[in-house]
Amino acid sequence: MLPELLQFILSGMTLGAMYMLSALGFSMIYNASGVINFAQGEFIMAGGMAASFLSAAGVPLPLACVAGVMIAGLVGGLVERLAVAPARDAAVASIIIITIGVSMILRGLTEILLGKRPYALPHFSGEAPLALRGATILPQSLWVLAAGALIVLGLSLFFGRTRIGKGMLATSYDRLAAQLVGVDVRRVLTLSFALSAAIGAVGGVVIAPISTVAYDTGMMLGLKGFVAATLGGLGSGPGAVFGGLFLGLIEALTAGYVSSAYKDAVPFILVFIVLVLRPQGLLGAKPTDRI
Amino acid sequence: MTHHPDQSLPGSRQSSILGSILGRSDARRTGAGRVVGLAALAAVVALLPLLLPNAFYFDVAIRIAILAVNGIALNLLMGYTGQISLGHAGFFGLGAYGSAVLTTHFGWTPLPALLAAAGLTAVIAWGVARVILRLRGHYLAMATLGLGIIISIVLGNEAAWTGGPDGMPVDGFSLFGLTLSGERQWYWVFGGLLIGTVVLAQNLIDSPAGRALQALHGSETAASVAGIDVGRRKIAVFVLSATVSAMLGSLSAHYSGYINPGIAGFLQSVELVIIVVLGGMASIYGSIFGAVVMGLLPQILAGYEGWDSVLFGVILVVTMIFLPRGVVPSLATRLRSARLAGKGGAAC
Amino acid sequence: MLTVANLSKRFGGVHAVQDVSFTIPRGCVYSVIGPNGAGKTTLFNLISGLYTPTSGTIGFEGREIGGAAPDQLARRGMSRTFQNLQICRNLSAIDNVMVGAHLTLNSSMFAGMLRWPGLSRADRACRERAAALMERVGCGAFVKADAAAMPYGALKRLEIARALASEPKILFLDEPAAGLNHTETHGIQTLVADLARSGLTVVVVEHDMKLVMSVSDRILVLNYGRRLAEGTPGEIRENPEVIAAYLGADAEED
Repeated sequence: MLPELLQFILSGMTLGAMYMLSALGFSMIYNASGVINFAQGEFIMAGGMAASFLSAAGVPLPLACVAGVMIAGLVGGLVERLAVAPARDAAVASIIIITIGVSMILRGLTEILLGKRPYALPHFSGEAPLALRGATILPQSLWVLAAGALIVLGLSLFFGRTRIGKGMLATSYDRLAAQLVGVDVRRVLTLSFALSAAIGAVGGVVIAPISTVAYDTGMMLGLKGFVAATLGGLGSGPGAVFGGLFLGLIEALTAGYVSSAYKDAVPFILVFIVLVLRPQGLLGAKPTDRI
Repeated sequence: MTHHPDQSLPGSRQSSILGSILGRSDARRTGAGRVVGLAALAAVVALLPLLLPNAFYFDVAIRIAILAVNGIALNLLMGYTGQISLGHAGFFGLGAYGSAVLTTHFGWTPLPALLAAAGLTAVIAWGVARVILRLRGHYLAMATLGLGIIISIVLGNEAAWTGGPDGMPVDGFSLFGLTLSGERQWYWVFGGLLIGTVVLAQNLIDSPAGRALQALHGSETAASVAGIDVGRRKIAVFVLSATVSAMLGSLSAHYSGYINPGIAGFLQSVELVIIVVLGGMASIYGSIFGAVVMGLLPQILAGYEGWDSVLFGVILVVTMIFLPRGVVPSLATRLRSARLAGKGGAAC
Repeated sequence: MLTVANLSKRFGGVHAVQDVSFTIPRGCVYSVIGPNGAGKTTLFNLISGLYTPTSGTIGFEGREIGGAAPDQLARRGMSRTFQNLQICRNLSAIDNVMVGAHLTLNSSMFAGMLRWPGLSRADRACRERAAALMERVGCGAFVKADAAAMPYGALKRLEIARALASEPKILFLDEPAAGLNHTETHGIQTLVADLARSGLTVVVVEHDMKLVMSVSDRILVLNYGRRLAEGTPGEIRENPEVIAAYLGADAEED
């Protein structure tokens, strides 16, 4: 394979793993509650910022990373309880505004607590690039890919094997029916936010050594996660994985071969084309209305 | 306690003039209510200059009027027709840059440039609407969001024409040799534009065409069975809304004298959605209220870095939790039921 | 007036309607009955343009209409109500009825914005007609109500008023009495008979046998998507296959 192409594929996969984690968060919340959470990017940012701050303050790296993820998860759960749950019966547009409001609050609080400057974590296992058939890859990229793979594996076990995971799936199919068979739907909703935030935060933590994080890095990551989730089909787990990786690859290839100026436009052009051709996303099911 | 027989009927309502101004549409907004609402708006626009101490405050008032007209345009699409758009600032940007490029690079005079930019935007909106308005809910949100972002990225990248991320200067607006200058003159342009927009929008909403738009929001199936060409109506209102935003963009580019791609960006689109939803979906005066809030809050909160964002977010969240239909419709309903309770009490 | 020939509709592998043929004469009350899942509503959705037929033809006043869009059919004089109500809850009750009159008014957006001369007058007249229609179908008490604030029974009548507002030649009622109590059902029965007397062709899908038997001129019986029988109420009552299908269905339900 051409070393150049391989290089783009490697960086595309790293980027794609990041988008995938963001997209998984979108899909999980969308499944459980029908809400598109515009604060997803801020969860990612919060995880990366918290871990970086703790690490800079002298907390050992592994501990800082775990704490960052847990803090983001806690924030996610709180957001659901305090802001989303009280507006359960509101229209979609109102809930979208609520999540936008939450993203502003999180952005503002981070700015107040940690300032405007960008933070970075140390690389987990050195910065010396590894050579691979003429291309190079940072050890940290391997961490990103591994974290992505582990989370996908963990989620499939969680939804396939555990009681609460199955309860979450049941809630996404039919909330009332799930309630009737004894699923604690309120807890499922809170958990979906906490889990989405934690998954996003894992992404924020592993990517922080490569690209720094600041209080305002969440927005673009969140939007691209939304794009990835939509590409694959909103609410579809495999769709989020596929959408994320596909998006990362296309973006890296465009930046490499076509134009880096239009790299940020690629996801949006792509999702536009996909939606025009297949309104339910690449892997989404066709919705049916009963008349 | 006895109730007036009229009030025991579900959903019956007293004709209160205030209620009819603030209310959604139709029977409630009696002719009298409409006139009172318009007269109040015209009075505020006419008298405000007496209270504004200097050019800075005129500028704030102008920006509020721009937000209000843009909010009303989006409300026709979102609030009344039920089609979400997260990229509406893109059309505002197309209008602004269309005028700027035509006047700066091609030497056009402002009015033909404005009309050409609006026409071009209408064609683009029509082409886009044909393919995306088949989408529903979050998928439509995604497509419109993408559209807005693509527009702002193109404006930022085509530096030869647009000046790139740094933006470009725009000449003042002149017509028949007269040039508008200064905030005070522009104030009357945008004040008049706001009143005109309210009149046209209310006319539309109260007409059979407006009822058709609201009907397809309520049930596309019912609307189509009643003979409404749902697809064509959605496209028409999308194009109308985009074209109004584009013309507004042209004028505001001439007013501010300088534009950058940020005016077409995602945050600006979100700001418009907030105006519509915070003020109230399907409420014209709601959009004006939303514009006042969005125009004033940043001024009040400026200088408290970080806290401005937090406070803004808190206001959005709290309003949506306690007044989920938006401030104006929610308060109008409460006012009406309070009135009903008051009259019921007086009757016994 | 309406001729259906060899009509079929497949959803994936499911034959919802299969090779159904019948003719509805002008000015009569025509009922479609059958056990749950027999394909009655699918048949309605096919005729009113919400579904596209897999095969077969639908002729309305001598012209083929299979696959035509609902708004096109409305222009030809077709109107209907829905089993699962399709009410615009964002509008007032009377506005819902006026939506039905859409094609009788000037609905250009430009005319609307500019308050075209005559527009308001026509709209006011339409509002009066809508109020009269609400009175006629028996929900006149809700003329000033919001649709969202109305009870179920009144909404069913509101749908009929909306369907009538288009001044249709043929009216399809999808389970007009479902979910209504005895008195309300009787009211619907009187209304259907009254509409038929005014010369309107009425097609009814309904489970309430008493209503069907008393108002219908002819009845079509569907079972598993196929035509089981067709005839006058007397013929249907005596038809052994129909009796078997209904008793069989009852026995299964028990």
